[in-house]
Amino acid sequence: MTPHTRRFFLRSSGLSLVAFGLAPRALLRAAEQGGARRGKTLVVVFQRGACDGLNTVVPYGEEAYRRLRPTIAVPAPRGGSKEAALDLDGHFGLHPALEPLLPLWRERSLAVVHAVGSPDGTRSHFDAQDFMESGTPGRKSTEDGWMNRHLQEHAAPAATPFRAVALTPTLPRALAGRAPAVAMASIGQFELRGGPATAQARGFEQMYDQAVRDVLHGTGQETFEALAFLKKADPARYRPAHGAAYPRGRYGDALRQVAQLIKADVGVELAFTETGGWDHHAAEGGVQGQLAARLRELGQALAAFHRDLGPRMADVVVVTLTEFGRTVRENGNRGTDHGHASVSFALGGDVAGGKVLGRWPGLSAGALYEGRDLALTTDFRELVGEVLARHLGARDLGRVFPGFPLAAGRFPGVMRA
Amino acid sequence: MTRPTGASALLAIACLLPPPGASSALPSPGVQTAGGDALAVHVLNRLAYGPRPGDLEELRRVGVDRWIERQLRPEGIEDRALETRLAALRTVGLSSAELLEGYEVPREVKREAQEKRAALGDDATEAQREQAKRELRARARALMDGSPREVVEELQAAKLLRAVYGERQLDEVMADFWLNHFNVYAGKGPVKFLLAEYERDVIRRHAWGRFEDLLRATAQSPAMLFYLDNWLSADPEGGAPTVAGRVRSLFGRPPAPAPAGRRRGLNENYAREIMELHTLGVDGGYTQKDVTEVARAFTGWTIAGLRQQKPAFRFEPRLHAGGDKVVLGQRIRSGGKGEGEQVLHMLATHPSTARFISYKLARRFVADEPPAALVDRAARVFRETDGRIRDVVRAIVTSPEFRAPDAVQAKVKTPLEFVASALRASGAELQDARALSRRLGEMGMGLYMQQPPTGYKDTAEAWVSTSGLLARLNLALDLAAGRVPGVRLPSTLATGAPETLAARLVPGGLGQSTRQTLAREAAAEPARVAGLLLGSPEFQRR
Repeated sequence: MTPHTRRFFLRSSGLSLVAFGLAPRALLRAAEQGGARRGKTLVVVFQRGACDGLNTVVPYGEEAYRRLRPTIAVPAPRGGSKEAALDLDGHFGLHPALEPLLPLWRERSLAVVHAVGSPDGTRSHFDAQDFMESGTPGRKSTEDGWMNRHLQEHAAPAATPFRAVALTPTLPRALAGRAPAVAMASIGQFELRGGPATAQARGFEQMYDQAVRDVLHGTGQETFEALAFLKKADPARYRPAHGAAYPRGRYGDALRQVAQLIKADVGVELAFTETGGWDHHAAEGGVQGQLAARLRELGQALAAFHRDLGPRMADVVVVTLTEFGRTVRENGNRGTDHGHASVSFALGGDVAGGKVLGRWPGLSAGALYEGRDLALTTDFRELVGEVLARHLGARDLGRVFPGFPLAAGRFPGVMRA
Repeated sequence: MTRPTGASALLAIACLLPPPGASSALPSPGVQTAGGDALAVHVLNRLAYGPRPGDLEELRRVGVDRWIERQLRPEGIEDRALETRLAALRTVGLSSAELLEGYEVPREVKREAQEKRAALGDDATEAQREQAKRELRARARALMDGSPREVVEELQAAKLLRAVYGERQLDEVMADFWLNHFNVYAGKGPVKFLLAEYERDVIRRHAWGRFEDLLRATAQSPAMLFYLDNWLSADPEGGAPTVAGRVRSLFGRPPAPAPAGRRRGLNENYAREIMELHTLGVDGGYTQKDVTEVARAFTGWTIAGLRQQKPAFRFEPRLHAGGDKVVLGQRIRSGGKGEGEQVLHMLATHPSTARFISYKLARRFVADEPPAALVDRAARVFRETDGRIRDVVRAIVTSPEFRAPDAVQAKVKTPLEFVASALRASGAELQDARALSRRLGEMGMGLYMQQPPTGYKDTAEAWVSTSGLLARLNLALDLAAGRVPGVRLPSTLATGAPETLAARLVPGGLGQSTRQTLAREAAAEPARVAGLLLGSPEFQRR
């Protein structure tokens, strides 16, 4: 049996549902009796295309930064000017387009981990994203994603179909695997025409229910359970609260809907969102430009999410990831090419914010990875591993990140002790 | 014979329908026993976008082998009905120059927009802004033949029309395969205006020829040069003037003086992707050093005349990085444009490329994890025929592995395959493709809208998800109920006898549970049957 068919067989045999505590009928009863528990949530924000960490959290204190980026460097802070970096700690500054995040930094809900990423040296988007989602850099044969393995290894007896949810049209690699996970382009679209009680809904349910040995069977079952559950919870009735204003566009919409699901108590433990357009080989821009526009949207979306959830942020941690960083030196087209380490944000009530974490390797010639890129000092698995362990209470990180022994001493310290 | 209703329908279905296919509880008796029709359905599912009413009869009449051979030589197949449909689209036959001229927002309008914005300042009211927008739009309309959006919509419409109504079905599958392999993204800069020519004169022209010719044509196409940034790549040590002005003008910003001492330089984007995605494959045995060297060899491969709206490939010696290059351990003597040519030849004839292309083709036609022996044989044909695509495809689609029972119904349809096959099976009339194109976008497969250079995935796991399945069920219901604007299904689908509908929409046969469900629903409300069939597990496979 090939790996895939084995996986699909497991998915479709019904074993998976039992193994992960998703006993369908009991679940529906739980929903009827007033929803699921209010638990902790990790929201992953994947920036696809390799975000330029050096222009996101700017090491303005480094002479080499300005020298190697003559046209795209963000100037050092100038008394709160919006045409320059916004000072964080005397060495690093936020890109001015990320201004909405500055209050969160000041109230210590936002932490930065710099020089973070995947240790594999590939500069292929495809491979690097794959490694970051499988959680096994350098190993392509891994079938499932690290987020799914977390679900597998930490069975939750009261789990709902929305324990793991991606606000994406198709299931991301990070959530692929034996444990059920739901992907949806939007909450509104996650509905069968005519509603769940119609004859055709029953018809489809029966057809897929009986299609044993078919990869579609498991997916079908998950789909119909999730439909019924979501209908009951009705997350769409939650509107942005506390005056939160999400930016218009796909990314703001996605985060707003994650907030709705969290507020509706549908039992979201892992949420996945993605944002594209970070691959700026040409005309990246400095204070203004293409990267600035992407950062503005991201910053506004994260700030709105934080505001929207209000006190509920005590239960939530948001982590941003990107497959790799970009060359320290700008290329000939006012852009940057594929590099190595980049930057991550962690946002949440229990985040040890207001700090730039991780060891900063510097930008001197000798410190660069392969003589051209920001070197990596924090493995992304140390970052998300800490959140899994200290926020979600994961016990077995060894199975989530096989072959990567993770002791607490290696955590970057994003969570409050 | 009277039409069976109620309980008799159940009986009729149970008796008349073909035995369950591979997707049901039992392994398919398909190819081995039934031979003829099961094989014909399989062939139509793989070398075409699924069977249309009448296709099975045609295959029976012509014979499967002869039909395949005919599809392998599409130039001999008449396609008048499709040509008539395509003729209604204004833009797909135009050149890039014509499209840029007639459909790109003119520079003077962009400039005016900027001036207006500046004049309005920050204090303008919403009404004032709206007014300014209206004026600008009117101005643009007077100067343009149509909007940029129309260009993309017509590309998408043409693709759907070809998939649904074209007689050269295998040609269509191959065009889709290569467009996806050599992906470009309509949303990047002027690519939407370069795409019609790219598809017509690069992809389709070379889809059946030598791989090396196809590779070279893509390497020299303005669409690829722009999409993967090679048009900007230049000798980092060179003293030629900067191209930043060109970038700015494209994005509508006023040119600013280049900072002193600024030089343009190398851009590795294309060099990496040509090896990783177009030829060798990610494990094909190249290093970062090779990427840089290939990028240096391709410096000067650029686009001339983009600003003048007459884009064409040009080798610009002033941008080229001199000196020898070492690529994959071989020395390439300093020689201007010839260096890039040598790299293309080296990559096209590399054994990793033969293997990678053969693997991808076998995955498309046979199974998500194609049999290694088949890939080996196809790769050998690739090497022995100097990369003749027709011979490689023939080796795959006439192989015993292609006809093996475990290959039948083994692939899950991509959203495009699902949509096209649904329209074909039902004999739908596609009058306006816009709504359907939008639905494809919502299913994660917007046509010409895949941003990363990897193209769309061709394996089940990429497309089997809760939301993906839900989108299919909803589209099935919407199609059958006539709720997709621009798509009309024949009225017989709402009234036809269930067993006739089943045989027509899913000729590969239904599993037992689907048959039972259908019988029950048909008894209650016959109009539901078509929607259920299009949404059935069996219909999601090919």
